[in-house]
Amino acid sequence: MTEQIPSATAPTVAEGEGHTSSPRLWARVPWTRVAIGVGFFVVAIALAYLRAGNGDVVRQAVLTGILIGGVYGLVAMGLTLIFGVLDIVNFAHGAFLAVALYITVTMVSRLGVNPLVALFVAVPVMFLLGAGVQRFVLAGAMGKPLENQLLITLGLALLIDNVLLMSFGPNPQSVKLPGDTGVQIFGAVATVSRLLAFGVAIVLAALLYVLLQRTRLGTAIRAVAANEAGAQLVGIDTRRIYMATFAIGTACAGAAGVLVAPLVTIEPTTGELFNIIAFVVVVLGGMGNVIGALVGGLIIGLTEQLGALYFPGQSPLLSVFVVFVLVLFLRPQGLFGKAS
Amino acid sequence: MLRLESVCAGYHGLQILHEVDLEVNEGEIVALVGANGAGKTTTLRAASGVISPTSGQITFQGEPAGGLRTAGLVARGLVHVPEERALFGPLTIEENLRMGAWTQRKTPMSGALAEVFELFPVLADRRRQTAETLSGGQQQMLCIGRALMARPKLLMLDEPSTGLSPKLTWTVLEAIGMIRDRGVAVLLVEQNAGQALRLADRAYVMESGSVVLGGTGAELADDDRVRAAYLGL
Ligand SMILES: Nc1ncnc2c1ncn2[C@@H]1O[C@H](COP(=O)(O)OP(=O)(O)O)[C@@H](O)[C@H]1O
Ligand SMILES: [Mg+2]
Repeated sequence: MTEQIPSATAPTVAEGEGHTSSPRLWARVPWTRVAIGVGFFVVAIALAYLRAGNGDVVRQAVLTGILIGGVYGLVAMGLTLIFGVLDIVNFAHGAFLAVALYITVTMVSRLGVNPLVALFVAVPVMFLLGAGVQRFVLAGAMGKPLENQLLITLGLALLIDNVLLMSFGPNPQSVKLPGDTGVQIFGAVATVSRLLAFGVAIVLAALLYVLLQRTRLGTAIRAVAANEAGAQLVGIDTRRIYMATFAIGTACAGAAGVLVAPLVTIEPTTGELFNIIAFVVVVLGGMGNVIGALVGGLIIGLTEQLGALYFPGQSPLLSVFVVFVLVLFLRPQGLFGKAS
Repeated sequence: MLRLESVCAGYHGLQILHEVDLEVNEGEIVALVGANGAGKTTTLRAASGVISPTSGQITFQGEPAGGLRTAGLVARGLVHVPEERALFGPLTIEENLRMGAWTQRKTPMSGALAEVFELFPVLADRRRQTAETLSGGQQQMLCIGRALMARPKLLMLDEPSTGLSPKLTWTVLEAIGMIRDRGVAVLLVEQNAGQALRLADRAYVMESGSVVLGGTGAELADDDRVRAAYLGL
């Protein structure tokens, strides 16, 4: 070097943006899309008023939809996180939720505890189960064709369903939250169990966001999702990050399982319903987008409840599938995904 | 501090490197030049643990390094900046830099961060921007900055000037000189052989997986064969 200046001079003109298509775990808030979404629901709610001819049922549907939507959001956040980081579409996610349902049933019936206490058991147990499954079942399929992983997770779901069937029998069971009375909100009624499910789900979703955004581990998880080779080059043990991510995602399903236990009829296949809804939510929110999953959960919760007003007597899933098909046709990358 | 002795390596049983001998001493910039496909990148990959050598010896600071995992080598001070940059696009510049210090858990990173920002002030101005919004030159600076966060003793740079304008190339090469002046040895792979040889203390020329020439940067820059083959003179 013949001359030295104190610091490398910065280029004054950028040479064009170097965008990559790496999966993002969330997007910046896209206000126009938020406005479109809100507008859509204003219209949907207005139509529901016309159709039902009665404000009470609509208010009830909106409240119930938002409350259950928060839980859907939590389930889907776990699923989308796993997809965003490991590139695995985990068909066993709903089965993991079912395991947590039965942990709750067992704790309530054997120990007589409040069902929410099961969170302190189900979340760590599901975290460890997720870690074990990733390490011993899925790690070998990393980087293999997608079908391999699909078949493995599908097989795992069937296995879990049948283990639950063998252990607990086919009879529907239920769990009661003590003091589960109705509470008046905006002229609609919500049970304490629904309010708690929503509240805890939102708190956990916020904690997950903070974990991913503000902690060293969370930043490393996003780094691995963004560029695996780069993560290895800075010395991150990507195998451990994959294991931790799958464990965290599974723990989300576990927490959601405890929260919905007082709200649903518990059977070995109950998890499959949540699996389907979580998939729709993940696609709606943009595959791999954690915030999109939470918003998508609220949207699907509302859709399901308002849809029941449009199509009385039909399965609530009908309107969810209508929205799913519309999304696949109109915006396959999801509300918050970029066009590819 | 880094020594490769008769290193053979390749991909999927296909041998690419044939008995490569190479050495980098403390405080040196060593250039590795050669035509496209000569095996320069493969040499760096073998040294940084991305691929394992099939035979031969790699030592870093006197200890065997061949076949070790990257994380261990990074912690010991051997950091590789690959050709493809491998930045974390959706993460901010500061997050990219913080991840660079992943193995430096025990030392506070404020000092290293300040040094990187002093070297590349543009990164400090844009620390809250995501990496993918940077220009090519800024991305290269971020890549080098991220590597410096690991407090390396030896930095291996693979074609840092690829895709940069001549002015930016000069900026980056100048920064490499400053990094050396801070006591970090540099192994520099460049297609842009002329500039690399002028910057380097010593240099090697590779051809079809073997080192065919070695000497001081100035000697090689004046060597007729090198001039003919790589400098287009
Ligand atoms: N991942 C890979 N798999 C198989 N062959 C490779 C791979 N990477 C490089 N090669 C081959 O190895 C040889 C040397 O490549 P490389 O080390 O990248 O050269 P250079 O960096 O000098 O341009 C080339 O013939 C290239 O085709
Ligand atoms: Mg190369």
